Amino acid sequence: MTTAFGDDERTHAGRGDALARWIGYHPVAALIIAVVVIFAAWLVLAPWPAGFEDVFGKKRLFINALINGITLGGLYFLVASGFTLIFGLMRNVNLAHGSLYLFGGYMGYEAGQWSGSWLFGYVIAFVSCAIVGIAMQFLIFRRMEGQDLRQTLVTLGLSIVFSDLMVWVWGGNAIQIDTPDYLMGPVPTPIVVAVKSSGETVFLQYPRVRLVIFAAAVLIGVGMWLALHRTRIGVMIRAGVDDRDMLSVLGYRVQLLFVLVFAFGAGLAGMAGIVGGTFQSISLGEDSHFLLASLQVVIVGGMGSIPGAALGAIIIGCSEQLGLVYFQNYATMLTFLIMVVVLAIRPQGLLGRR
Amino acid sequence: MALAQITDSGPIGAETTQRGGPLSRWASQHAATLILGVLLLLLPTVTGDFILVQVAGWAMILGIIALSLMFLAGYGGMVSLAQMTVAGVSGYMITVLGASSLPTISLFWPWWVAAPLAIVIAVAFGTLTGALSSRTEGIYTIMITLAIAAAFFYLTLQNWPIFNGFAGFTTIPAPVAFGINWKHPLPLYYLILFFAALSYVAVVYVSRAPFGLALQGVRDNPRRMEAIGYNVTAHRVAAYAFAALLAAVGGILMVWLNNQISPGSAGIEATIDLLVIAVVGGLGHPIGAFVGAIIYVILRTFALDALVAVGLDGRRFQTIIGLGFLVIVLFSPDGVIGLWRRWTARARSAQERNGP
Repeated sequence: MTTAFGDDERTHAGRGDALARWIGYHPVAALIIAVVVIFAAWLVLAPWPAGFEDVFGKKRLFINALINGITLGGLYFLVASGFTLIFGLMRNVNLAHGSLYLFGGYMGYEAGQWSGSWLFGYVIAFVSCAIVGIAMQFLIFRRMEGQDLRQTLVTLGLSIVFSDLMVWVWGGNAIQIDTPDYLMGPVPTPIVVAVKSSGETVFLQYPRVRLVIFAAAVLIGVGMWLALHRTRIGVMIRAGVDDRDMLSVLGYRVQLLFVLVFAFGAGLAGMAGIVGGTFQSISLGEDSHFLLASLQVVIVGGMGSIPGAALGAIIIGCSEQLGLVYFQNYATMLTFLIMVVVLAIRPQGLLGRR
Repeated sequence: MALAQITDSGPIGAETTQRGGPLSRWASQHAATLILGVLLLLLPTVTGDFILVQVAGWAMILGIIALSLMFLAGYGGMVSLAQMTVAGVSGYMITVLGASSLPTISLFWPWWVAAPLAIVIAVAFGTLTGALSSRTEGIYTIMITLAIAAAFFYLTLQNWPIFNGFAGFTTIPAPVAFGINWKHPLPLYYLILFFAALSYVAVVYVSRAPFGLALQGVRDNPRRMEAIGYNVTAHRVAAYAFAALLAAVGGILMVWLNNQISPGSAGIEATIDLLVIAVVGGLGHPIGAFVGAIIYVILRTFALDALVAVGLDGRRFQTIIGLGFLVIVLFSPDGVIGLWRRWTARARSAQERNGP
């Protein structure tokens, strides 16, 4: 049995043994996975032979799409982890999550314009979205606990109102958040994209800001995992995901926990808004784009699971970017197909459970 | 289950039993329906083409599509946000298979081939959606169907070979058939009215047929239905197939009425609007879908002018819709139909108290 947030505590001691046992039980699957991993590593690290490039196009294109996909996955993770946490704990499908993302982006942009500091924008985005989240949980959802459909409909109504009000304030034009100077420019990476005829190897250059943000997303993910598994609040949240009523009966202040989780999830979505505004731009319609991304990530990764959100985010991010490069007209079909396959084989998502 | 609170199936209107022949009894029980039917039939004699097609016709089409959502949500307990997408699929298919201004994509097959084929494809799509979302239960349905709807929207936006990208298609008139040009307002209105009435009767009939009753059993307690031998998944998927049929018909009429289709026709906003229509009208009875649709269309058509007239910004239309939706969800979860029911119940009890 696995819990929503990873392996069961009992197996922690013998993780290596568990891997060996799994390989023992599934030799063929293990072999296939090993071959795929080695092939993927070769695909990324080594220069491609000539015939290979004829079929699959330039390696630079593939690598760029792949790394774009992974960094986009980092952004999706920031949005979807809050979504999945709120859903896991409160059974509330927060359809206003995309609006929170957009709101955070706008607030961060305003704060950045006012103070001249990109990082200060994150603080403002987190705080302002967290306040909205607290207000939503405290004023509305607390009053209709256990009625998950009604809660979802309310979030839908709120998202309609929010997005219209944001158009009112910020207009329909796209806003680009400037990258700060210290994160400008490309960094060299150890990935070979091509070998020139002179024998000189060309290494991939990649925007520094995207790598830094991806690292920050990984840090946040690891931090969340640690907080969930090593702190008292985390234990309470995991217990709440498993059985909310039991936790409440045991005398824990579930309502406080709900408000905290809602505030944190909303705040993360707000911070992701700045990331999105720096990566691409924020504009009208981005709220539904990121709501869809969160839905797909959570459906693929597993509902209520943080590691699932991370896995799902990487898968969806990569499939979107690779799809854009290789099948322009059917790029969304690729993500859709992944979703369909996951639903058909594991309805609860890759790392989720019923 | 949360759904049970906002859905409650039972006939609407007066339930008085009177003496007399079966026909007169039926007529007195369905007086409201009969009056409404006669009014709708006579509507062309009193209104102009705009009201006839753009208000009444458009509301009935939205009503048909919302009815498919109402059927799934009210009787099946499955709030599917993919019904607008099913309508979009059939709308796009009639365009691709039939006629449009784009000869490079459209195949220009006659309507009696294109329309049934479009419906078949859309029903297959809707059934597949149902098969997918029936793998999970309850609130997951909203997530999965919304993801499917959004995926279709972005597909139509990106795809040029079949869906012609964000431009979509124009000049898709209703065909000329049986010597009548159906794109003229009057025939089009009666065509829409016919299908709206047919859908309504079909849903009322199915809801009382063994299948519909079993479906309502599945909604209320799937485990018990499973235990007494019903195939729960099969009932759910079949409900999706039936709902898809309604939505597909609505989709074709939608294209014929609007004369165009583009990604926005079945976009995320349209998807959400459809849910708003169904919920505002009320998920408890099939008529709710049409009530919601007519409220929505009247707001959409006239709210802009009304807002400007009282000195507000006409562009805040969506805020009005959203707030109205919130008020309904917060204070009358069974929609306008629920308000009406409570009002008539109160009036009746007041009458009884005052009476002999």
